[in-house]
Amino acid sequence: MSTAFVYRATASPQEAAVWTRRQILMTDLRTIVGRAYPRVRGMAREKSWVFFEVLLPFLATSAFVFVYRALQAPPEYIGFVVLGGAMTAFWLNVIWMMAQQLWWEKSQGNLELYFAAPMNIMSVLFGMAFGGFIMASTRAAAVLVVATVVYQVAFAIDQWILLIAVFFLTLAALYGLGMVLASLFLMWGREAWHLTQLLVEPVYFVSGLNFPVARLGMLGSLAIAILPLAVGLDAMRQLAFADSAYPLGTPGPAVEALILVAMTVVFTLLARWTLKTLERRARQEGRLSVRWQ
Amino acid sequence: MTAPELRLFDFRRTFGRRTSSQRTGRAVYSASLNGRPRGVTVSAESQPLAIDVRGIRRVYATKPQPVVALQGVDLQVEPGEFFGLLGPNGAGKTTLIKILTTLLLPSEGTAHIFGFDVVDQTKQIRRIMNMVAGGEQSGYGILTVREQLWMFSQFYGLPSKDGWRRVDELIEAVGLDEQREQRVSTLSTGQRQKMNFARGLLNDPWIFFLDEPTLGLDVAAARSVRELVLAWKAAVPGRTVLLTTHYMAEADELCERIAIVDHGRILALGTPDELKRRVQRESVFRIEVDRLDGGPATLRRLPGVLSAAAAAAQAEGQERQTVEVNLTLAEDSVLSTVVSALAERGSHLLALRKSEPSLEDVFVELVGRGFDEEALDETDVERDSIDHDDSDDAPAPDRTPDPRNTAHEPGEREEQEAVV
Repeated sequence: MSTAFVYRATASPQEAAVWTRRQILMTDLRTIVGRAYPRVRGMAREKSWVFFEVLLPFLATSAFVFVYRALQAPPEYIGFVVLGGAMTAFWLNVIWMMAQQLWWEKSQGNLELYFAAPMNIMSVLFGMAFGGFIMASTRAAAVLVVATVVYQVAFAIDQWILLIAVFFLTLAALYGLGMVLASLFLMWGREAWHLTQLLVEPVYFVSGLNFPVARLGMLGSLAIAILPLAVGLDAMRQLAFADSAYPLGTPGPAVEALILVAMTVVFTLLARWTLKTLERRARQEGRLSVRWQ
Repeated sequence: MTAPELRLFDFRRTFGRRTSSQRTGRAVYSASLNGRPRGVTVSAESQPLAIDVRGIRRVYATKPQPVVALQGVDLQVEPGEFFGLLGPNGAGKTTLIKILTTLLLPSEGTAHIFGFDVVDQTKQIRRIMNMVAGGEQSGYGILTVREQLWMFSQFYGLPSKDGWRRVDELIEAVGLDEQREQRVSTLSTGQRQKMNFARGLLNDPWIFFLDEPTLGLDVAAARSVRELVLAWKAAVPGRTVLLTTHYMAEADELCERIAIVDHGRILALGTPDELKRRVQRESVFRIEVDRLDGGPATLRRLPGVLSAAAAAAQAEGQERQTVEVNLTLAEDSVLSTVVSALAERGSHLLALRKSEPSLEDVFVELVGRGFDEEALDETDVERDSIDHDDSDDAPAPDRTPDPRNTAHEPGEREEQEAVV
């Protein structure tokens, strides 16, 4: 029993309180892995996601495929829909499992344990994002593969590296936005639930999940300026169907990649600021780290 | 222990701004010996206090009017102490613990943990403390006990392999071997609280905050938790525990010193014995002798004996073998006179019990009402002060009373066998 009660023997509390830079960095990195862990384990443990997260999105994607076929739209539109259907997994993950997560953590009593632990609270958000990314990637890949095979989508990719870079930049910016929303939703309390529902469909629409966003004109341009999903999806469509006539009205993929870089930086800094603000308010008002409110 | 070499430390010159200690005008020193980092607040005579609270006040800005949860609390806890905050719901215990664990800012006053300021030095404090609350539902139900604890170990920076090893040790120590691979969502309340304790011990804290840790636990689970805390504390000198509870027996059993808190103020502070002595104006004993010629009246005539009366009559038909007498003495020392008098009369003393007031008697004496009345009359200040319109559909926290307390009615004295 005694070994369990003594782990890192320190001579005094003052000695134990002084950490090296390496200790601080490693704790933050371990926190990312630790917080991502329940998401990955949960996915392996609860297989029901295969039905809810693969088959149902596949049906929604199929509906648009049949509409485009009925309208005799160009064949690349089937590919646009399939790509959009795959990326839906990430948006749903961000809006439901990132944006609401801190609010949920508070109601479970986890949030005050996070605040009271020695790591940087940003690493908790990164952990949530990392775990969510792994979850959503599996789902997105499943939808993409199944829909591509079933509807015989033919991709024409010239710039593989740029496509992969845009994909990861899209996710970085998207999860950056999710981290910002997580803090904001927590501050707004119960309204977060309604806000999520309010955001889902409009963002689907203006992100052009099922059609090229250029079709939206000015609204599409605005979406590209503020929504990572819109700009990322637009760039990926241009890169994945390089031989197709893509509607004009949006920047080229290289420019959109730069927009994504800017978004990633802005959202990450904004997330850091909102989280610091959140912690300050939590300590001042005593509201945010306490359950049942 | 060698006294630390001290010199006046100019925080303003060093950091360019006033510290909370300077705001209160309190002298601040820096120890240059014993390996302490500069800037740690120490008293001139000793090493930093484990907890040093000066004039803490906390007001929640609620509508229609602000709620004052703490009203100028002063509290000093020595390293290695097991200190209890005893008070009813709404007394301010949880507010104080939230301030000390860096989750809440004080509205006024200062608080230091081992010399670190709870306002400005949160990172240092968070590295050396941990906390467990009663009814805690932290973590993720989909994980097993082992996985959940490992996840928390990562938040404290334990290397992965060390984390698994430490988790296994702690699981064994808290007696959750059989539940090791069980999902957290399937644990009983007692098992869950044991797991929470294991979580709280992952980082080897120097100070452990326990906020009503046995809330809702059955007798066996509560005892197990108490034994666990005592064993952990005993393993390393200097480990400090701050326990908040409204279970008087628990505070009495565990705490070296206790502060009785009500309405945001400390009403009394001392060891359990000191607190009880506050309400014990005379000494009450029950003696059992083989015979007592002349009855209790013979004892009543002795100097210092305030009253002497036969104990309640035995069951009808039961043959009386011994005589029991309740004695009220002016002070404990009168007992020797009584014992001598009994010996002179040929009586043999068979048993002697001293009746002592309970901590609840102390509370009743101090505030004029018992805990139970308080619980019924008052709402929880902490929770009320933070609950707003969103709280209406919130699940009520588990407030199952500890069965041990049902034996202690307000004013009832507990009997302690002393000598035979």
